[in-house]
Amino acid sequence: MDAANIAPTLRAKDYKSDVAPVWCPGCGHFAVLSAVTKALAHLRLAKERVAMISGIGCSSRLPAYVDAYGFHGIHGRALPIASGLKAARPDLTVIVAGGDGDGFSIGGNHFLHACRRNMDLTYIVMDNEVYGMTKGQASPTTQPDWAKSKLTPHGTGMRPFLPTAIALAAGASFIARGFAGDPTGLTKLLVEAIEHPGFAFLQVLSPCQTFRPEQKEWKHLVHPSDMAPTDDPVEAARFIQADDGMALGLLYVRRLPVWQPQNQPTATPADLEREFAL
Amino acid sequence: MTERSTLAGGATLAITGSGGSGAVTAGLILLAAVGRAGDYGLLGRSAGPQIRGGESAAMLRFGPQPIECMGDRFDLLVGLDWENVARFADELPLDRNSLILTDAQAEPIPEILLRSGAQVRSLPWKALADAETEGRVNMVALGMVGAMLGLPLDALESGARATLGGKGGRVLTPSLDCIRSGYAAADAASVPPSAFAPPVARWNISGNEAAGLGAVRGGVRFVAAYPITPASEVLEWLAPRLELLGGSLLQAEDELASINMIIGSSFGGVPSLTATSGPGLSLMVEGLGLAVASETPVVVVNVQRGGPSTGIPTKSEQSDLNIALYGLHGDAPHLVLAALGIRDCIDTVEWAVGLAEHLQTVAIVLSDQILGQSRAIIDPPGDRAFGAGERAHLHRLIAQDADPDHRRYRPMSDGVSPMALPGLPGGMYTAEGLEHGPGGAPSSRAIDHAEQLEKRLHKLTGFDYGPGWAEIRGEGDHLLLTWGSSAGPVFEAAERLRASGVPTRAIALRLLAPLQREALLEAIGSAGSILVVEQNQTAQCFAYLHSQQALPRHARSYARPGPLPLRPAEIMRALTDRDGREEI
Ligand SMILES: Cc1ncc(C[n+]2csc(CCOP(=O)(O)OP(=O)(O)O)c2C)c(N)n1
Repeated sequence: MDAANIAPTLRAKDYKSDVAPVWCPGCGHFAVLSAVTKALAHLRLAKERVAMISGIGCSSRLPAYVDAYGFHGIHGRALPIASGLKAARPDLTVIVAGGDGDGFSIGGNHFLHACRRNMDLTYIVMDNEVYGMTKGQASPTTQPDWAKSKLTPHGTGMRPFLPTAIALAAGASFIARGFAGDPTGLTKLLVEAIEHPGFAFLQVLSPCQTFRPEQKEWKHLVHPSDMAPTDDPVEAARFIQADDGMALGLLYVRRLPVWQPQNQPTATPADLEREFAL
Repeated sequence: MTERSTLAGGATLAITGSGGSGAVTAGLILLAAVGRAGDYGLLGRSAGPQIRGGESAAMLRFGPQPIECMGDRFDLLVGLDWENVARFADELPLDRNSLILTDAQAEPIPEILLRSGAQVRSLPWKALADAETEGRVNMVALGMVGAMLGLPLDALESGARATLGGKGGRVLTPSLDCIRSGYAAADAASVPPSAFAPPVARWNISGNEAAGLGAVRGGVRFVAAYPITPASEVLEWLAPRLELLGGSLLQAEDELASINMIIGSSFGGVPSLTATSGPGLSLMVEGLGLAVASETPVVVVNVQRGGPSTGIPTKSEQSDLNIALYGLHGDAPHLVLAALGIRDCIDTVEWAVGLAEHLQTVAIVLSDQILGQSRAIIDPPGDRAFGAGERAHLHRLIAQDADPDHRRYRPMSDGVSPMALPGLPGGMYTAEGLEHGPGGAPSSRAIDHAEQLEKRLHKLTGFDYGPGWAEIRGEGDHLLLTWGSSAGPVFEAAERLRASGVPTRAIALRLLAPLQREALLEAIGSAGSILVVEQNQTAQCFAYLHSQQALPRHARSYARPGPLPLRPAEIMRALTDRDGREEI
């Protein structure tokens, strides 16, 4: 991280904007917002050096609520926007936020390639196993027999997408899982994710009170990961495949080459024009 | 061999062969030689969709004036071999005054070419090539044809060095030997003594390279893109050169990513561009709507081709105008420009970058396969009238100070509000695809929507674009109106009509949206006959101009799909034939 990015001490609330969230009461996304502001305060990041990028969904509203630069993009395309910004402006701390539908369905291809490209980005996916903003349809992480959506009255009948397994297979260099009901643990993971040089993927279990009230149970189901973070992808794969999807903590972290163009100008357009002269 | 006299003052020739025969290489060397000998030239290429081993042709026209289109027919057809030539014989119009050159040992010339009545001459290319170490038929033929065209040998040699120099001596040396051998075997009497002095300051450039150059001249330093024919060459030219300029090119996973990546980089303050072809443009339109609504400048160079992802990917058409004009969702005012020629690709793309930056919006520049993949000898770009006046102030309005009251989308008198770049303390805002109020906070209130829509439209329609919106040539009661790359054949048709006593004016539109309606109506004036010329099936420009009430009712359309290029003669016929009939 750039020294210029370090700010005088600010408190978490100084990183909140004055836009009021549209989220339903009790939504897990509030806790994510709070963890983001705490992590920024902990890292003493200068607000103007932070850019929050998102796609579309309830979760993707997050940038407007943080007092930093932000881009609220279109559905599924947060990662490309963030990648372009980081490629052009390596000096910024770029944090991407979105939902499971945004990130794994419409944006699935970008997720794979962002993992492979390993740019220095932090990607927070607020996973509530449902499309919140469009009022309760199945998402890629929804269980096959969840039959409450009018679009899939018999359930999806499809195996759910395993975000951590796919991130690992696609080459992500940092994979962690947090829980909205564990704000301290979540803030810590966020700090580590932001500090990680490379693509840091953080799946956050973030309950949807409105369309998945049964997710209130998550607070009883989550548990700390019983494995120390590994840098061995084979070991990590074994663990992630056996995991019940509720293990919290840093699962895998590895130093891999970070993709970042860093070209210094050595020519001007007028120099290039010479190649065309007869 | 005394053909040179009939070709003096310029000629059009095609070199054909199966893939690998070196037809295109020979064409590239000839173009370079023509330029060195002091002429202008235009080199088109034709190939099938197969990657290797298909048919290929290089088509070259040259002469003492800038060459803007391939013309109607070929004076000379140089057949290196005759495999597969039937596949594109319709792209090689010949007549009784044409001459077909063939190798004495080659297979018979296909009937479809002989039907033209062209004369045929058999020459000992293969025999001469066999006499050289690593001899090449294409280079022997090139030497001989060069001599017949009256090109100095030194110009041919210099052209070969410039074209093959990168391949090392093992290719260059035998090539030069073959060129000399072919040259010497041509009738010595027809070859003028060598008096070759390279002319000053002309360029040899392709349309796709020109588009890339226009981009970097306009300040573009970040490109994200996904390969597609025929736009890939824009990207191939840019990738290493952006690095030299301190910028970069990122190969994205698809076009959805490319457009959003450049929205991100431009949000960060770096002028950004992508290049694609029609099918890629379709995938980008949602992102373009985002750029319009969030007022993020981006430029898309769309090198049009025939049809969809499959279509006729290696051939040209002007059939993406509708998607460029209307493809975006909602009310999304943006700029649409079209380059009028190879040299114009430089200026139009540079202008588009400046306009997009200045107006904080989307500019789509329409080029096409013919423009993109042809090369020409051109005069270097200067400060042309259409750009010169405006260029000085065509840059992004960036907020400089930490203004505690900074409101990113505050309506201004000209609609353009200063943009804070990440890093500026106190300028923080969230760029929004959601409708928003002046400060950027999301809003679905009717009044905010109306105010922001008005801002986004007004900044485009209220801007003074200067004279660059069109190129207008000649005078006369007859009017040929066109857009983009069909300008070349239209200009030539108009010139020939004038020469034959039919006073004809030509208007080629460079800025299609926002349409400069008043200026266009004034330029049309009281023209008695008006023909709108374009290369697509459904008369897209004609329909657009009518929808904007920018065409008199008596205007007619000449719209023909690709892939055969528009020819001046067919345009002349379309104007005069139907004129007579309809004006009674
Ligand atoms: C191209 C496009 N398709 C569909 C939509 C509609 N849409 C908006 S949000 C959303 C799903 C969001 O779900 P998720 O990403 O899981 O986030 P959540 O709202 O649950 O936080 C969809 C399908 C859209 N805005 N754009």
